[in-house]
Amino acid sequence: MHVPDGFLDAPTSVATGAVAAAGVAVALRKAQDELDERTAPLAGLTAAFVFAVQMLNFPVGVGTSGHLMGGALAAVLVGPWTAVLCLSVVLLVQALLFADGGLTALGTNITLIGMTTVVVGWIVTRAVLAVLPRRPACVVPASALGALVSVPVAALVFVLLFAVGGQADLSLGALTATMAGWHVLIGIGEAVITALTVSAVVSVRPDLVHAARPLRAPLRLRRADGSLVDAEPVAASRQARTGRRDTRSLLLGGGVVALLLAGVVSFFASGDPDGLEYVAEDEGFLDTARDHAFGDFALADYGEVGGIPVGLAGILGVLVVVAVGVLLFRAVRGRSSARQHEDAAR
Amino acid sequence: MTTPSLQVSGLAFAYADGHQALFGVDLTVGRGERVALLGPNGAGKTTLVLHLNGILTGGAGSVHVAGLEVRAGDRERLREIRRRVGIVFQDPDDQLFMPTVRDDVAFGPANLGLHGATLDARVEAALAAVGMTEVADRPPHHLSFGQRRRVGVATVLAMEPEVLVLDEPTSNLDPASRRELYDVLDALAVTQLVVTHDLPFALQLCERSVVLSGGMVVADGATADVLADEDLLRAHRLELPYGFDPRSVWR
Amino acid sequence: MSGGLTHRLHRPGDSPVHRLPAHVKVLALLAFVLVVVATPADAFAAFAGYAVLLATAAAMAGVPGTVIARRMVVEVPFVVFALLLPVLAGGPRVDVLGLSLSESGLLAGWNILAKGTLGVVASILLAATTDARSLLVGLARLRVPARLVEIASFMVRYADVVGDDLRRMRIARESRGFAPRHLGHARVVAQGAGALFIRSYERGERVHLAMLSRGYAGSMPLVDATPAARADWLRGTALPAAAVVIAVATWALS
Ligand SMILES: Nc1ncnc2c1ncn2[C@@H]1O[C@H](COP(=O)(O)OP(=O)(O)O)[C@@H](O)[C@H]1O
Ligand SMILES: [Mg+2]
Repeated sequence: MHVPDGFLDAPTSVATGAVAAAGVAVALRKAQDELDERTAPLAGLTAAFVFAVQMLNFPVGVGTSGHLMGGALAAVLVGPWTAVLCLSVVLLVQALLFADGGLTALGTNITLIGMTTVVVGWIVTRAVLAVLPRRPACVVPASALGALVSVPVAALVFVLLFAVGGQADLSLGALTATMAGWHVLIGIGEAVITALTVSAVVSVRPDLVHAARPLRAPLRLRRADGSLVDAEPVAASRQARTGRRDTRSLLLGGGVVALLLAGVVSFFASGDPDGLEYVAEDEGFLDTARDHAFGDFALADYGEVGGIPVGLAGILGVLVVVAVGVLLFRAVRGRSSARQHEDAAR
Repeated sequence: MTTPSLQVSGLAFAYADGHQALFGVDLTVGRGERVALLGPNGAGKTTLVLHLNGILTGGAGSVHVAGLEVRAGDRERLREIRRRVGIVFQDPDDQLFMPTVRDDVAFGPANLGLHGATLDARVEAALAAVGMTEVADRPPHHLSFGQRRRVGVATVLAMEPEVLVLDEPTSNLDPASRRELYDVLDALAVTQLVVTHDLPFALQLCERSVVLSGGMVVADGATADVLADEDLLRAHRLELPYGFDPRSVWR
Repeated sequence: MSGGLTHRLHRPGDSPVHRLPAHVKVLALLAFVLVVVATPADAFAAFAGYAVLLATAAAMAGVPGTVIARRMVVEVPFVVFALLLPVLAGGPRVDVLGLSLSESGLLAGWNILAKGTLGVVASILLAATTDARSLLVGLARLRVPARLVEIASFMVRYADVVGDDLRRMRIARESRGFAPRHLGHARVVAQGAGALFIRSYERGERVHLAMLSRGYAGSMPLVDATPAARADWLRGTALPAAAVVIAVATWALS
């Protein structure tokens, strides 16, 4: 999804360039807090890692494949600010050394891939973590959800940019529906690979997973009678509590915004009478395309499927996403507790 | 008596996870001496090396480099210590992190404040000392493993250190590269501490050997004598190559 | 989408284009592409003119057309999009070969195709004539924040190392009979990716130690970079300047 030159008009390209520059500048400052003076080598190696795993392809259907974007993955592994830097550097190097993604579109690409996927992936991950038990293994389903949501959201931001700076008389509703539907599929691949990768890291070096850091087991004290009690570090405990409240409100706010967005966007998506459906009926073209690409996804065209009102379809989508996350969590928890039993039995 | 290049006394250290790696190490390396530091995997050799220039600190005991004590937190002092102790790490891909060989060799002296012609001269001299002048403008990734090892030595030589410390310099080298590395090191006048479990290499290069095992020095003497002590070697998982007899080597 | 660093585009050479300082080239490329992007889609003659400019530059740099053509695959997804636009877009329609196509869609598709292609070819020329290190120095000279250039420099240095790690893991998997066929196999691949991250991160930590050992105190020493001579700037601006002339000329003549 590297946007080439000329896809968006010059003013939009310049504007996204400014947004990207501002975002990277903030990330540069904040990344110091995440990595201190080790920023350059660690972010550099992480960028090399992201660059390498972006070559991982996965099937999306109809014989096509998506490739990992890695925004949510990087955010979960090294923290959002460092991740923004890593992804931006990857995009910069790809544009300059590999002619991949236009130079005038670099700002757009950084905004979409370097910032949107990272920020959305991170916020969703944190929000999910706030409702799950405080254990490192919970990072796995949380990151899956973060990755899953990050990709279609980036696609929607792309549609937004196209609406502003795209130079085609295209029904935005159709574009939104197509992009969102398609990128939900890509998002599933992204989610699977992200979650499995995070799970592989968490099981070996949980300390390296940035998102899992606050979830580490507290230090314990052994009492005279041999019982263990949690040590309560004075300064940290207050911080932890406020941190917890912050994530709660973040979660609440995020959830409301997500539902609102889903409702509004999907309403907007089918609000245009001569949108995708019109062309599809007229040409008999997209019907087949849609059948292949979206398979049996009931909500794929965000329309009036089975009489479900429009906005509701989007809200349902968010709920489905949450449900998938909970199921994933159950599965992982089952597996890890089974492993604990095995270990105990040994 | 001149101040020794390295003086380690009573050094003990535990990693953050509680694992104790050093249990009171005493080691003195005189100026101009070449000492082999032998020991099995996990003996604490790398841990000791990381104390020599203050990368690891905070345990018990002390380290002096040419009379100057390594103290954590004293940035100026650490800078000076790191100029005096040059460490060549085991994996040249960790050691060589800049886009080209020349940049990499220049990294250390540039951090010391050198620039312009002085810096260039340092770089040239260091590359010449290891015979790698002709690869100066290539990316490290394009060099052979043996070449990368030698460039790694050059990156440290460019800082004109008081002591050269090499962590397992012969690992992964083919026999020819190993011999070339020997030629390079043998020609250097600087004090050397060579960490290795390549016993013939130690015998070839160093008069004296120190055996580190379980975080303690368990033997210290002439390399030929240390390698001739079969019980000592066996007790500390050190093995000579099949058919190699240290007493029969002509020095 | 992006090939490994094994697909490096750089072709060493000693042409006038190769010799231009990297930051001059980057600015020239940026200016050129901006002119291209700002050109109205129906200024067909202007696009032809830009193409001639690029062909001239490629000839001067000695970059063969095949190299350029091969790398242009990165554009493919957007070419597909551009080809669909005439079908999907609204507005008045024209009949082309029995298909009812949208007029504005045709123009929009052409717009994306022409500008995207010119942009890609120009970028390929930059990548083919500039080695990674000069590019990093160029970025530093363009006042890209030092920390960002440092990160890019580590990325460029270690992309091959990490890529090799990845390749070795894949070979190890495949020599034991593993062939990924469906998403279910993602677990194995992702476990490799997890291991790869740990390796990369730990290498980052070791690299940091190696840097500390050579006196690193939080900022990289400045890589020397002699400022570009005025002649270089003049040569560098030739391409965007010619593009501006073409743009103005077609606008004046229309
Ligand atoms: N970063 C670390 N954290 C915890 N333990 C470590 C770390 N590095 C090394 N160790 C442990 O310290 C001991 C000594 O390691 P090291 O000095 O690397 O040995 P050597 O170089 O002699 O093979 C080993 O048991 C090793 O597992
Ligand atoms: Mg070691």
